[in-house]
Amino acid sequence: MEPVGDFNLEYAPAPESTAPVKLASQYGLFVGGEMVEPAAGALAPTINPATGEALADVSVADAADVDRAVAAARAAWEGGWRDLSGAERAKYLYRVARLLQERAREFAVLETMDGGKPIRESRDLDIPLAAAHFFHYAGWADKLDYAFSGRRAAPIGVAAQVIPWNFPLLMAAWKLAPALACGNTAVLKPAPTTPLTALLLAEVLRDAELPPGVVNIITGNDATGAALVSHPGVDKVAFTGSTEVGRAIGAELAGTPKRLTLELGGKAANIVFEDAALDQVTEGIVNGIYFNGGQVCCAGSRLLVQETVADAVIGKLQRRMDTLRVGDPLDKNTDIGAINSQAQLNRITELVASGVAEGAELYTPECVLPEQGFFHPPALFTNVSTAHRIAQEEIFGPVLSVLTFRTAEEAVAKANNTPYGLSAGIWTEKGSRILWMADQMQAGVVWANTFNRFDPASPFGGYRESGYGREGGRAGLLPYVDLVA
Amino acid sequence: MTDLLAVETPTGPADAVAGVRITPVDAVGLEQRAASLCTRSIKTSSKAAALDLAIRMMDLTTLEGADTPERVQALCARARHPDAADWSVPPVAAVCVYPELVPVAVEALADSSVAVASVAGGFPAGLAPLDARLAEIAWAVAAGADEVDIVLNRSAFLSGRYQKAYDEIAAAKQACGSAHLKVILETGELGSYDQIRRASMLAMVAGADFIKTSTGKIGTSATPPTALCMAEAIRDMAEQTGRAVGLKLAGGIRTAKQAWHYLVIVGETLGSGWLTPERFRLGASSLLNDVLMQRAKLGDGRYQRREDFSVD
Repeated sequence: MEPVGDFNLEYAPAPESTAPVKLASQYGLFVGGEMVEPAAGALAPTINPATGEALADVSVADAADVDRAVAAARAAWEGGWRDLSGAERAKYLYRVARLLQERAREFAVLETMDGGKPIRESRDLDIPLAAAHFFHYAGWADKLDYAFSGRRAAPIGVAAQVIPWNFPLLMAAWKLAPALACGNTAVLKPAPTTPLTALLLAEVLRDAELPPGVVNIITGNDATGAALVSHPGVDKVAFTGSTEVGRAIGAELAGTPKRLTLELGGKAANIVFEDAALDQVTEGIVNGIYFNGGQVCCAGSRLLVQETVADAVIGKLQRRMDTLRVGDPLDKNTDIGAINSQAQLNRITELVASGVAEGAELYTPECVLPEQGFFHPPALFTNVSTAHRIAQEEIFGPVLSVLTFRTAEEAVAKANNTPYGLSAGIWTEKGSRILWMADQMQAGVVWANTFNRFDPASPFGGYRESGYGREGGRAGLLPYVDLVA
Repeated sequence: MTDLLAVETPTGPADAVAGVRITPVDAVGLEQRAASLCTRSIKTSSKAAALDLAIRMMDLTTLEGADTPERVQALCARARHPDAADWSVPPVAAVCVYPELVPVAVEALADSSVAVASVAGGFPAGLAPLDARLAEIAWAVAAGADEVDIVLNRSAFLSGRYQKAYDEIAAAKQACGSAHLKVILETGELGSYDQIRRASMLAMVAGADFIKTSTGKIGTSATPPTALCMAEAIRDMAEQTGRAVGLKLAGGIRTAKQAWHYLVIVGETLGSGWLTPERFRLGASSLLNDVLMQRAKLGDGRYQRREDFSVD
């Protein structure tokens, strides 16, 4: 199979224009319906991980700012939001969803600039899905009386919501839409490295004429988040992020009347049987682990492949990896963008080194990484044993570990052999096996012959160290309501 | 493994043909991947080369009952110099006609690099008696055809008589002698991507030098997912047997943009080794003018009028 071609397919640099994005040099906090200066006036830069350049200075909220935000949320709740009819609340949510759609390009470009994910993903997935969540929960707002038969769904009060950096706007939508639909008010704290789309969302909320204080957005660091979740004026805490922080929040909130939902880490198994459609499996594996550079809590980071087709699948996978394009996230031809931060890149590099040191075999395609910014090539480990760190710990990067199995029972045992339980993928053409496997998986989400598909109507959440509580669909209402007779 | 050729009566899906493994196809995943490949944008500087390549890969085709020697001669003139006003435009790969017009094309294309391809073997249904079909192939080759395009016996294939379908292709290959054999699967009649993949493997193992999507005589012809499905089959064939089979897409390809999409699909799936007329062809009649218009536009930045290009 020596190439005889005399033509090389070269793709044009196709960078998305940053013209729609108007950045301020400095941002305040969104409290009580307006942008306010932080009490202590502390600022921190947020950078573009693809270039390392600072985009803007963002406020660091302290305990006094948290106080002010929670008080604003409380006042808005008691001042009318909780008594507003569902149909009226729905109007605001629909308005937010439409405004997000209208400004989709601007949000997508900003998301990519601030977080480093490929524009293809922010444009086709993050922003449309965020709007879809607002549409979905707008639809629930006036039907809450019928959602839980025989019981009335009453709002809880003020929700403190702390979100991660991997899907900044989408996570904001997952948190805010159900909270507001159910009649709660919220204080949202975006991640330190990706605050900008949340701040742009503040503009949208104001344009939607959402009553002041119903949503407050405070930027800051880990201390800001800690002050928010432990604030006595908060009735409900929703956190998406690392298992370590989730566990600390769980301990902190034990013994308080606050309600808590956690969406934490994962180490998902993508299980391939010999009768699967191997070329589409290859795409599915790539989408499972290299989507958003593997910085996805439900990433399919462990590939379990039946021994009879292991060589074929690994061969196809390596070949496909050779065509992945790593580089400028704003380029429409880019498949893998920048890693979100230097700290995250260090963690990935450290874990990859541990894989090599422990004896696993590393494959990375030849690719030229940009000189600036934080980039990591797609990586594949074979000869991995379940005891290796790369098979146990969540890497949160474009690194896949391949394990093999002989029987379905063995696949189940290996797939469930993790402290996590967020998601799993099953690849087979046999329907009965899909159903049986799905039953055996200790994971909140199970995909069959696909991976990383999200829909606002479908609940998402974990088992064990992946957290508890569900987001999405009717189940996603439960964390935000009191069911009363 | 259940071998396609060992199946007496169709009892379930077979997963191999003469020992070569056939992988199932997931329609949703295939269509998603094809759609995503169609969003790639090609570098402007390689666009010109891509357009020339598309011309060099073209099988300029006329398969009408009303074809005349004069029409074929005109087509051959276009094949040598696709743009009468610009002789830097390379010639196409082949001219594709009915057998009776092969001698006309052979004469018109003498001393040129353009090959003569003939449909044969009871085109487009392939349901003439086998002897007659083989005789037709032999006649076309004797008349000077360099390439022969035959159809898969869908009647045999769809009723599970795989051995019969296989034997007929093998016999056609023999009748071709040194001429290249292209086997048309008529993907629009096969009903599923699984069947397209199975038919691709069957045709390749039986001896096809090229597998081709369509006759152009029914409504559904080449589509991006179909092209991807067949390219993946070709990739498996090459990986498992070391034999490189070509791909010909035909029917419904009318714009330069579509041609680019197919170049991307084949380039990313099979590698640059397939981006050559020896392994990749586009069967078309109206595509050429759009490619010429785009080519002229790349040259001076202006779109030409349709009237500036010959209609056939």
